[in-house]
Amino acid sequence: MSSKRTVIPFGPQHPVLPEPIHLDLVVEDEHVVEAIPSIGYVHRGLESLVDRRDYSDFVFLAERICGICSFTHSSTFCQGIEGLMGIEIPDRARYLRTLWGEYSRLHSHLLWLGLFADALGFESLFYNAWKIRESILNEMEATTGGRVIQGVCKVGGVRRDVSNDFLSGMDNRLDAVEDEMRELVNVFLNDYTVKKRVCGKGKLSAADAYALGAVGPVARGSGVAQDVRMTDYLAYKDLGFKPIIADSCDGYGRCEVRCKELFQSVDLIRRIITDIPDGDVSVAVKGNPDGEYFSRSEQPRGEVIHYIRGNGTKNLTQFRVRTPTLTNVPALVSMLAGCELADVPQIVLTIDPCIGCMER
Amino acid sequence: MYGAVIAMKMLKTIIKQLTHKPVTTKFPAEPAKKFEATRGHIVFDPSKCTSCTICQKRCPAQAITVDRANKIWTIDRFKCVICGGCIEMCKFKCLSMENTYSAAATPAERGIDEYVITYVKPERPKKEAE
Ligand code: SF4
Ligand code: SF4
Repeated sequence: MSSKRTVIPFGPQHPVLPEPIHLDLVVEDEHVVEAIPSIGYVHRGLESLVDRRDYSDFVFLAERICGICSFTHSSTFCQGIEGLMGIEIPDRARYLRTLWGEYSRLHSHLLWLGLFADALGFESLFYNAWKIRESILNEMEATTGGRVIQGVCKVGGVRRDVSNDFLSGMDNRLDAVEDEMRELVNVFLNDYTVKKRVCGKGKLSAADAYALGAVGPVARGSGVAQDVRMTDYLAYKDLGFKPIIADSCDGYGRCEVRCKELFQSVDLIRRIITDIPDGDVSVAVKGNPDGEYFSRSEQPRGEVIHYIRGNGTKNLTQFRVRTPTLTNVPALVSMLAGCELADVPQIVLTIDPCIGCMER
Repeated sequence: MYGAVIAMKMLKTIIKQLTHKPVTTKFPAEPAKKFEATRGHIVFDPSKCTSCTICQKRCPAQAITVDRANKIWTIDRFKCVICGGCIEMCKFKCLSMENTYSAAATPAERGIDEYVITYVKPERPKKEAE
């Protein structure tokens, strides 16, 4: 005998969900049968500004697509324009972009771990994750001038150089950060209570992750080795990158991938600091972009694609962004089918949703 | 035995929590942290500005207006996103960045800052006709 189905609206404003996404949850007793997402609450129309701004000034706007992946958005946009115009940026700039990209990943993953702990009702863990994140943000501010909006990328390279002395100081300070992170991650991966809440929840098989086009830690948590950093952009070619995957195909797997990526990022940063070549950090740019280009990068949440089209004037004619959250929504819908109502908030969080950048 | 190990661990955590300093600062009693590179606010030097209006045209937040006729340069502090773009765009080096953040205010208290441009065009040495 099947019980009556009810539809429970969830979001866009909900105490445990920090992001404005709306889900219609079709429930039978306490079980979710189907989740129907609707988006469009925070659309800003940012992409359409591209024909009213110089392409070189649009970097500031591209950076503001997202408040967490801001650096990667600006570097992906610059990378696109550089690809279109055939500009080769100096090696030091390439390494610095990679360095800041990895620092962004650290701060984004720590932010997520905090929010996830909060969604599980584990407040002290949340504070600890954000405490560590603060020291990462300090490094960002000291090297770029901005905590979350760095404003340091420009077409042709980067705006600021970081002295080698400062870089070695960063390296030393990472030791303490690493110790603190080890303690934190130990709770996420081994604590009985946390495990009870996340193990086996939000199942997504490897085949589904692949078929639904999941990206980033969602795909990697289901055992699909999908990472743009394998395509050797920026300095990843020289650093010999290998993606981290987990095969438990559930919320725990996605959490595990992010936890391990913290240490991977620290290792990458150390390699960058030892290998960084000396030299200029930017080249002069002349002319305007003409033609079209797809630029891809790995953000903390997964693969981002910027599509850029120019017609030889200083304004681009088209700009389109596909953010990782959008690609992960179909996977989220599949995870939610069959789960318990009480688990919905934390399952939604396991995809690390960033609705602000999804809708731009 | 196992219980004792857990108790020791807990004791360690408790002692650590009780003895370490707070990680937060007591703002505004203690000043907010800042670095040399911090982008705090834009400073304008009216004695160098030639009213070329480049900053007005290219500011991504449209925070700057330049009135060429009346020699007035304004910046809307609430619109400015402190990207630092105008510093690079200005060819006459009138703009610079200070690393102190402005204190919180309402638009009525501190909204649009107006400056009277004091730049005087230097006499150009006359070119001799060849
Ligand atoms: S810092 Fe940026 S937003 Fe502020 S006035 Fe300059 S260009 Fe405009
Ligand atoms: S501040 Fe600089 S860019 Fe702006 S009008 Fe004056 S000279 Fe031109």
